[in-house]
Amino acid sequence: MADRVSVAKTYKLYIGGKFPRSESGRVYPVHDAKGRFLANAAHSSRKDVRDAVAAARKAFAGWSGATAYNRGQVLYRVAEMLEGRREQFVAEVAASENIPARKAQSAVDAAIDRWVWYAGWTDKIATVLGAANPVAGPYFSFTVPEPTGVVGILAPQRSALLGLVSVLAPVLAAGNTAVVVSSADRPLPAITLSEVLATADLPGGVVNMLTGRAAELGSWLAAHADVNALDPTGAEPAERGELARQAADTVKRVLAVPEEEPDWSQRPDLGRLRTYLEPKTVWHPLGV
Amino acid sequence: MPAFDYAPAPESRDIANLKPSYRPFIGGEFVPGSGEPLKTLNPATEEVLAEVGTASAADVDTAVQAARKAYERTWSKMPGAERAKYIFRIARLIQERSRELAVLESLDNGKPIKESRDADVPTAAAHFFYHAGWADKLDYAGLGPDPRPLGVAGQIIPWNFPLLMLAWKIAPALATGNTVVLKPAETTPLTALVFAEICQQAELPPGVVNIVPGAGDTGAEIVNHPDVDKIAFTGSTEVGKLIQRSVAGTRKKLTLELGGKAANVVFDDAPLDQAVEGIVNGIFYNQGHVCCAGSRLLAQESVVDELLAKLRYRVSTLRLGDPLDKNTDIGAINSAEQLAKIRELAESGEAEGAQRWTSSCPVPDRGFFFAPTVFSGVQQSMRIAREEIFGPVLSVLTFRTPDEAVAKANNTPYGLSAGIWTEKGSRILWMANQLRAGVVWANTFNRFDPAAPFGGYQESGFGREGGRTGLEAYLHG
Repeated sequence: MADRVSVAKTYKLYIGGKFPRSESGRVYPVHDAKGRFLANAAHSSRKDVRDAVAAARKAFAGWSGATAYNRGQVLYRVAEMLEGRREQFVAEVAASENIPARKAQSAVDAAIDRWVWYAGWTDKIATVLGAANPVAGPYFSFTVPEPTGVVGILAPQRSALLGLVSVLAPVLAAGNTAVVVSSADRPLPAITLSEVLATADLPGGVVNMLTGRAAELGSWLAAHADVNALDPTGAEPAERGELARQAADTVKRVLAVPEEEPDWSQRPDLGRLRTYLEPKTVWHPLGV
Repeated sequence: MPAFDYAPAPESRDIANLKPSYRPFIGGEFVPGSGEPLKTLNPATEEVLAEVGTASAADVDTAVQAARKAYERTWSKMPGAERAKYIFRIARLIQERSRELAVLESLDNGKPIKESRDADVPTAAAHFFYHAGWADKLDYAGLGPDPRPLGVAGQIIPWNFPLLMLAWKIAPALATGNTVVLKPAETTPLTALVFAEICQQAELPPGVVNIVPGAGDTGAEIVNHPDVDKIAFTGSTEVGKLIQRSVAGTRKKLTLELGGKAANVVFDDAPLDQAVEGIVNGIFYNQGHVCCAGSRLLAQESVVDELLAKLRYRVSTLRLGDPLDKNTDIGAINSAEQLAKIRELAESGEAEGAQRWTSSCPVPDRGFFFAPTVFSGVQQSMRIAREEIFGPVLSVLTFRTPDEAVAKANNTPYGLSAGIWTEKGSRILWMANQLRAGVVWANTFNRFDPAAPFGGYQESGFGREGGRTGLEAYLHG
């Protein structure tokens, strides 16, 4: 009897809560470490970037305006859904990163735990980073951190899931919306993660996932006037200077990232959260 | 209108201890400086106040080396509690010499003495007091268990609040263990060089603070110097973008405090007389040379006529003239160049069809002055509603609903500040949430305090100054 032929999956983009093909119609083959064909990934275009930014902008008011409690619930739900599809992610991460299943498993576990960590941050950011300001005068003055807006993320190239989650979750926890360019050679866990996000009550457009080349798409994100911050982690170190120059035209926040991709298994500090927050100081006179 | 006459009440310019020449301060000494000397003017009279030596590229390099040496050998190694005492000393010395500094500031900048005396100098001292107390408490600042200084900070400040901007920059840098090379603005270098004397009187170790007067090219030398670890800039968005481009791809940490086009939103239930005082303070304070000035008045349509009538009446009582006169409300525009910019933008307002009203107050024949001006019938597309004028020119727009007010207020690439005037508390808090601005003043305007973080969204820059948040700019988290 013949072996069962598996049903191959067509991997698409994730924009505005939908899974479209790339506007460009282009795809590129994704292989595992042994050179075996895994799938064709969509090769995103400049137009896909623009559509994704428009979707992220549209979703910003709702996501940033949601209560911190609600955002925490949604991020925790992402962890729940990831946990439910743990085996699938282990297989995809192992194939993408050419690591043994045991190592892939610990990367997936760490990714799940990272969502839980950031889910817990949503309603603590304002307490920890905000302030009541003891000004020298009859005024009530307080400072609250607010999300910066639309964040363009060039996801880490090597760590296909844990790295991606480590750069994406703080953006969302802070209340921003995101346009992500996934790892070019290891994009499949990113698209599967999008399926998780789509079913985890995350409003459409809060995360937009593009597969393709950071070198090609990064400059459209860096130069886009409606993108407020840029994470250049996935860009080649030699390209980051040019991205930062393009970002300067709109005074974008550009995250300072280490030259080499860091060890994502380490617990993060608050640096990423802080970069995507705008402290707002409000004053009112006191009196009767 | 009853005519009140005021007897002249000028502050004596002798108090400023003005010297014929001032020199750069590098490595704890005043040095000649090999740049082309500049002459600084009194903008109220156009007379030369003093000659000021400037720093060439070689001088900037010497200053950076002095700062590096001081950073490595003394300042970063010193216990925070000891650093704190130096900073407290500086605060006290500013208070002791406050009258001298205020008069000198008004002479060099053109701002009314009552503002330099009551706001600039005391707030500058307050910044040193506030940050001195942080020097030995950085572990509690919420930036991680062991925050470390960055190294040498290059700082470039504007001419609108020369001493106050210096304090905003130097106080947090020193408290966190950094050393500094600061360039004051070309047209207002004098109080920075008196501050250098204060550093000497405080016996601050040589090289911890270096002051290098000069123009944009001196600033560029600082920005591009490879041994500078951090750049802090306050000034125009245009220059801010240039600086961001220059440091792109380097390891330098950058904070920018740039321009603004703040909306001051007045609802129909606002106490109009109080609102008028706030509007006047918002746009005519410091001749409107304030990055967070409330330069766009958004008035609810139902009260705009009444508000404008009250506003014009109030503005017509503002006294324009000698900055050293204690009765002066509006002093001199800082430079001929700035005056030309303000005139050009005001003319564009007329050309684009806005209605111009200018106070009939007497204007001195000499010096750089611009009478307070209010444009009504302003549309969002006009240059006077979009571009920062940086002068005593107010643009009045109207709105009908709170949502429209928010949309119009946020319709700008800037995001530094905003004002809200209403008696309804829930509306204040809702508006404060909706406005994309780093500082929101409700039923007040232009309040500053070292304990309250200040800074902008979007093209108004990034980073905050003041409060615990402000320390982040000078520390590795």
